Amino acid sequence: MIDSSLRWVDDRLGIAKGGRTFLDKIFPDHWSFMLGEIALYSFVVLMVTGVFLSLYYVPSAHEIVYHGSYGPLQGQRVSEAYASSVGLSFDVRSGLLMRQAHHWAADIFLGSIAVHMARVFFTGAFRKPREFNWIVGVTMLILGIVNGFLGYSLPDDLVSGTGIRIAYSIIESIPLVGSYLAFFVFGGNYPGNGVIIPRFFIIHVLIVPLILMGLLGAHLGLLVKQKHTQFKGRGKTEHNVVGSPMFPTFMAKTTGFLFMTTAVIFLLGGFAQINPIWQFGQYEPYQISYAVQPDWYMGWLDGALRVMPSWEWVGWGHTIPLEVFLPAVIFPGLIFNILLVWPFIESRHTKDLAYHNLLDRPRDRPKRTAAGAAMLTLLGMTFFASSTDVMANFLQLPLKDVLWFFRFAIPIAPVIAYFLTFKICNEMRAAEGVGKRKRALIVSRSATGEYSTVESAPRPGDEVDELDAIPVPTFIDLVPPELATGEGVRRVMR
Amino acid sequence: MSDEPPRLGGPLPPAALDDPHLQPYAKHPARAQAVAAIAMVIGFLGFIGFGVAYWVAASTQWEAVTLGVGLLALGFGVTAWGKYLMPQGPFVEERHDFHSTEAERDAMTAAITERGGMVVKRRKLLGGLFAVGSATMGVVLLLPLLRSLGPKPNKAGFVTDDSLFATNWVKGSKLVTVDGRQVYVNDLEVGGVLTVFPRGFEGSSPDQVILIRLAQLGPDDPPYPIAAPGHTDWGVQGYVAYSKMCTHLGCPVGLYQEQTQQLVCPCHQSIFNVNAGAIPEFGPAPRPLPQLPITVDLAGRLRSNGGFDQPVGPGFWERP
Repeated sequence: MIDSSLRWVDDRLGIAKGGRTFLDKIFPDHWSFMLGEIALYSFVVLMVTGVFLSLYYVPSAHEIVYHGSYGPLQGQRVSEAYASSVGLSFDVRSGLLMRQAHHWAADIFLGSIAVHMARVFFTGAFRKPREFNWIVGVTMLILGIVNGFLGYSLPDDLVSGTGIRIAYSIIESIPLVGSYLAFFVFGGNYPGNGVIIPRFFIIHVLIVPLILMGLLGAHLGLLVKQKHTQFKGRGKTEHNVVGSPMFPTFMAKTTGFLFMTTAVIFLLGGFAQINPIWQFGQYEPYQISYAVQPDWYMGWLDGALRVMPSWEWVGWGHTIPLEVFLPAVIFPGLIFNILLVWPFIESRHTKDLAYHNLLDRPRDRPKRTAAGAAMLTLLGMTFFASSTDVMANFLQLPLKDVLWFFRFAIPIAPVIAYFLTFKICNEMRAAEGVGKRKRALIVSRSATGEYSTVESAPRPGDEVDELDAIPVPTFIDLVPPELATGEGVRRVMR
Repeated sequence: MSDEPPRLGGPLPPAALDDPHLQPYAKHPARAQAVAAIAMVIGFLGFIGFGVAYWVAASTQWEAVTLGVGLLALGFGVTAWGKYLMPQGPFVEERHDFHSTEAERDAMTAAITERGGMVVKRRKLLGGLFAVGSATMGVVLLLPLLRSLGPKPNKAGFVTDDSLFATNWVKGSKLVTVDGRQVYVNDLEVGGVLTVFPRGFEGSSPDQVILIRLAQLGPDDPPYPIAAPGHTDWGVQGYVAYSKMCTHLGCPVGLYQEQTQQLVCPCHQSIFNVNAGAIPEFGPAPRPLPQLPITVDLAGRLRSNGGFDQPVGPGFWERP
């Protein structure tokens, strides 16, 4: 069956040669390689749940009278976007599950991208020849953040509407063209003539996902073409890849992982309430709620806006709202550009033009690791600064003190993180055997009173018999099972 | 079997079924299989449960727990199968240089520069015309792609739809609530606040004004003194009115702290001192909230005594 249909397809497309190579593709066995898979699978969940939501959501700012099953809204005038989002939650069977799973999937998508990216960064997996894939990945991160914000804005509830208002003002803050851009995006002065919801909708459900899908295909295509990186280890060189084959081992594991990732997203979607828009109410430009926070991936931008001093520049008949333009346009622009060109910054600094297929241990590249730690500290600090009001309430401190703490911490903490990480890396490198299991030291005194230490023998289980890696066998001699000894069943991987 | 056609594939060596690489990773394969089987059965039951939960329209939690357990257990089973029961390996794959040879690179470069260069050099006119034509196309296509999206901001303007400078407040506008109810001079207690609009523009974003009663003063008392220069008579009978749009990012400045007489923007915690012309005392807001001059007519209705003296809301390039 398989043989004849394969022949039929292969006569026409010639897939057998490349297909066999693909089935034999080796995936290194290391947990850190799963992080990108989480991103991939939450993207799958986003697509499926997103299609479901798009069948019920109405992208329209048109006002109607609410007649759904949510009592408190009964008879109120709301936008169709808001009414349909509330309807999705209460009047569509499984709708609330899908809506909340969609939201959770977005948060997990961006979270796993961030962690995946940190893994790639700290192990140097972005080096030649993988600079393209690093750039593709950073671009997907940026698009993911943008699309997360757009999707968050669609229900037209009070919290997301405030976010749209802020986005308008950020566009408006750009010197020279800001007010024009804001007018074009919103179809006029804020809140525009009702075009923003349909515009955000089509960008959110079509344009960005289409680009993301293209980039995702490129990301995976490059990965197959350039093959995986791997950590150093027995039999692992710059010229090979050791691990499990695509088919069937990796396929089984990754399919299971797809199911389990989806499971976590749906369990969160059903049990962890997220964005209860019916409690926030319909967005009105003159209303606002207290202690409003954006989704986590926007936190660093919100934090930067909060800590920025009020340095508006006025002169020659013009105004530059630097208190908005610097933290909300220049700051993220700078961060994303540093990320995009990092492989080139590094190779220029190290003058290293060689191919790299073996990964670094972070401690072996103290400067890079320290730079990464500094970047994470900077973003982490601005992230925490987005909850200055909540912290002030929680810690019973004046808001002023909390804000001033962050105004100093944001520039200073990354510098401290840099030097601390640099020192830790160097000390770990200097110390022999860090990371290995400790063995007892036997101290003995000789007859002449000299002391000497010897390491004791390894504990059982510390050393394993690793097999040498072999090419994936295609033809397996089918000896009758009763003749197979079953020997050689050993643990070989740790 | 010798009459079989030569198979696809390469020179990879065949392996014996008892090759250690082909043995499972599990120490006790039978046990591992049992665990995976149980997990898959639970997964199956979970999906049946989801079907039932959907059929009877059970709660979101029931849907999530059945679907989640189904996916989790089936996923666990498949993963366990892959990790513990499939050939343990390790297997290896050689990398091959994927870059081309120097000769191939030179040929590609030559194809572009020489073959392509030749046709351009021979027909410079056509090359130039094509460049001009396509550049023009790029520019004119921007017009519908960008310019059709919205109106140009009007530099002065009287309509809030197309001007950042305009609001709908004019001299004599009646102060009304969002429901269109007229605000009278006795409506607020001291310390009370109310969001008001000019009559006819209820709910409009740029027109939102926060009306605060700071003191109980009679009609013959002087206006409540606030420190903004030139604005000493912009309040009336203890009332003052400010634009409710934060000068930072345009959020409604909705929190009034009566004891300290401060308006707080919940978005980024800018704090404005209502008692001193709404100057920003703290936070990222750069400018005071623009004040709206108000007065009381003979019927006790609050009215504006003119429009704002500056654009409301956050800063922008054209703002003087």
